[in-house]
Amino acid sequence: MDMKVSFRHPRLPEQLALDDQDQALIMLLQTGLSLSMSPYAELGRRLGMDEEEVISRIENLVDRNIIKRFGVVVRHHELGYRANAMVVWDIPDDRISDLGPCMGQFDFVTLCYRRPRCLPAWPYNLFTMIHGRDRDDVLDNVELLAARCGLDDLQYDVLFSIRRFKQRGAIYRKVEKSD
Amino acid sequence: MDELDRKIINQLQAGLPLSAQPYAEVATQLGVDEDELITRLQALLDNKVLSRFGPMYDAQKMGGAFSLVAMKVPEDDFDQVAEIVNSYSEVAHNYQRDHAFNLWFVIATETHQQIGEVNRDIQQRTGLKVYDFPKLVEYYVGLQLLL
Repeated sequence: MDMKVSFRHPRLPEQLALDDQDQALIMLLQTGLSLSMSPYAELGRRLGMDEEEVISRIENLVDRNIIKRFGVVVRHHELGYRANAMVVWDIPDDRISDLGPCMGQFDFVTLCYRRPRCLPAWPYNLFTMIHGRDRDDVLDNVELLAARCGLDDLQYDVLFSIRRFKQRGAIYRKVEKSD
Repeated sequence: MDELDRKIINQLQAGLPLSAQPYAEVATQLGVDEDELITRLQALLDNKVLSRFGPMYDAQKMGGAFSLVAMKVPEDDFDQVAEIVNSYSEVAHNYQRDHAFNLWFVIATETHQQIGEVNRDIQQRTGLKVYDFPKLVEYYVGLQLLL
């Protein structure tokens, strides 16, 4: 599984104030950092900045959470995590702000979001992505999670994926264009 | 992939140092030399175990609107409906799932209003209800797995 987010719309909210150099850096970083001794200096040469400026601009993007994480992007499937499921939970509203972070502690949980219920068809308000080596491993992890976070009495549902139709790769484009 | 490869991946998932010689720094932490680390990283990239080094962006912080959307598609109509949904350039990450709600996709547009417009359009073309599940609170985005 490739966890890159998709993004097509380049207009930025004013308050973020990404200047032209930030934008150029963001664009260039999308293809990844080179495997060389001084990769930030190399980026700087391509952008016309020195190494310190590249590093401080990246630090600034990390501080502002525009970059969530700066590291290696793994392909989970190739690493043996061959199964995953979207597991959805019906959590009482007054417990959700405690239980959401509790679930996030586990290595095999990669996403944990609150989303609205859509009653009566859809009673679930907490959405997690649970990984495992195979389907049984995913289900074991779901049970472990339910036990450890005290969710035994709550209703949940496990949605395995059957087919993936598209997973758009591109993240950030300076010029708007359609796919 | 051996034990050292696993250590390298676990270490680098936590983050690459923002310093002049980041690979040398990681190599020291792992007790290998920089050339060995770079050779192994190149091999992991070539084998497609790793996709790249660099940032994971928060697309929402850079602007744009996103939502997770689901549909309950009758089995006989599934391929036809999936094809309609896939034809939208605003649709990303479209999955068939093993559930009555069997089609799940992400819509990415410039504004929240456009998400509603795309949803209404899909609803009209397929004759099926579109369930919109926008993110309300993000408790955790991990994206790293220990090997």
